[in-house]
Amino acid sequence: MRTAFINQLIEEARKNDKVFLIVGDLGYSVVEPFVQQFPDRYLNVGVAEQNMAGFAAGLALEGYCVYIYSIGNFPTLRCMEQIRYDICYHNLNVKIVAVGGGYSYGALGPSHHATEEIGMLRTIPNMVVCAPGDPLESKKITTFCTTHKGPCYVRLGKAGEPVVHTDLRELTIGDIIEVKKGETTAILSTGSMLKYVCDFVNDNHLNSAIYSFPFIKPINKSQLKEIFLNHRSIITIEEHQAQGGFGSAILELGNDLLNEGCIAVLPKIRRIAIDDKFYSIAGSQQYLREVAGIVLEKDFFQ
Amino acid sequence: MDAKSLSIGIRIKVLEMVHRANASHVGGAFSMADILAVLYAEVLNIDPKHPADPFRDRFFLSKGHACSALYATLGLQGFFPLEQLDTYAMDGSMFLSHTSHKVPGVEISSGSLGHVLSIATGVAFAAKLKKATFKIFCIVSDGELNEGSNWEPIMLAPQHKLDNLVLIIDYNKIQSLGFVKDVIDLEPLRAKFEAFRWEVVEIDGHNHEEISRTLSGLSENKNGLPKVVIAHTIKGKGVDFMENTILWHYRSPNIDLYNNAVKQLNQS
Repeated sequence: MRTAFINQLIEEARKNDKVFLIVGDLGYSVVEPFVQQFPDRYLNVGVAEQNMAGFAAGLALEGYCVYIYSIGNFPTLRCMEQIRYDICYHNLNVKIVAVGGGYSYGALGPSHHATEEIGMLRTIPNMVVCAPGDPLESKKITTFCTTHKGPCYVRLGKAGEPVVHTDLRELTIGDIIEVKKGETTAILSTGSMLKYVCDFVNDNHLNSAIYSFPFIKPINKSQLKEIFLNHRSIITIEEHQAQGGFGSAILELGNDLLNEGCIAVLPKIRRIAIDDKFYSIAGSQQYLREVAGIVLEKDFFQ
Repeated sequence: MDAKSLSIGIRIKVLEMVHRANASHVGGAFSMADILAVLYAEVLNIDPKHPADPFRDRFFLSKGHACSALYATLGLQGFFPLEQLDTYAMDGSMFLSHTSHKVPGVEISSGSLGHVLSIATGVAFAAKLKKATFKIFCIVSDGELNEGSNWEPIMLAPQHKLDNLVLIIDYNKIQSLGFVKDVIDLEPLRAKFEAFRWEVVEIDGHNHEEISRTLSGLSENKNGLPKVVIAHTIKGKGVDFMENTILWHYRSPNIDLYNNAVKQLNQS
């Protein structure tokens, strides 16, 4: 996913000479192709994320489209106030890219488990929150972010995620992607849970619909309304704490649609997410997902 | 307006604003009033009628709690009608009591300490990238240097030879709850900056001639070093009962004290 991101960023930088990439001393074996092609539009500001966010705000004030790149909690939680006050309050053109969403760096421990940042970032005005589901979504989100004037957050997995989509149109803000049509139950997936969801549905021959949400904020409300109207049961799945995350966003919007009279009944919504816990055990991403209960079960579909 | 008249005008306007709004931070506004007056009267190249001109010099105020002095400066220099300041900190006003970028002439909002030097450093870097020749000034308070986030750009700026960046420290020796030396002593401050590879100048932050000479000269010096001006100042400078007191970090003058203060300033 990160490879798709950097390759597309190179494409964007060719088209737009204001694209500038800043890293916080991370990105080994990822950013090198960008650096080779655009050495004057790249800077390593060192291990100092608060400064990275403020410095990026300064470059954006001068007209640059600035990407800041680091791992999980570092370009997000570590500099949350700079993101809120310097970047978002001034509505500056800064794109925050975190590699290692969720338990991607499972064995590295809770310092590297990025499992709360979506909830925090989606409360901030002007911020667009993205979590692409496969390398193709990652590529399209990179194009979207470069074109969109204003702050964006992009949660990436790591390297080597499988491609899910065979083809994907350009994304507009809030787009929901229909991956598979189905009846009764719709699974709403965000970020790199997508491949797991597709495999589970295939392996168990389920007639469920699958939707991928590369945007967690905003979410296209009329597309969501159609999903709610056409399914009795909804399952949300994310690699994030249950409070404030993707499932919460879906519940909020569902409730709003109900209140506004756009839907007559709210489908049953099951949220699959982390249940308010830290996990201080080593393990692969898959192992930690299972331990944290981020799994689908056949019973959910009866 | 010349720097001397401007400095008196700023202080009188600030008094009026904080008295009317029952607002705080007059002490920290007065300690930097002379620096602002000299910057806007003699150093900065900014046209009040075109505050977004890309060639303008950039001034960033990091100690956002003292924004009354910046608003007064901008109002007196014609960035907006002066009478608009009558709404300072009132319901519905754009004049927030921490610096607001909605005010014409203000580059960046500030209020959370330790943010703006990073932004100014980013702008200085962008200026080099664009081969632009505008100057970048940033005022940070002494207590604000407690914020670790300031020391990140202080490390970074020399690495990229940002000699177009001038940091001014309003060293009035008093922070919110006490004297700087009693909370976290900054000394030796000059040596700290020298160790971080900055060019350091110490001045009397109330001597207009010294401020003007230093700020004009430093930004012309293309020696590859970012510049820091340690401006020794007096909190509440200009009004005897406010000077060097912790009380006037927060206190707002009642009508008697306001009249007394205005009288002193008019005689200065």
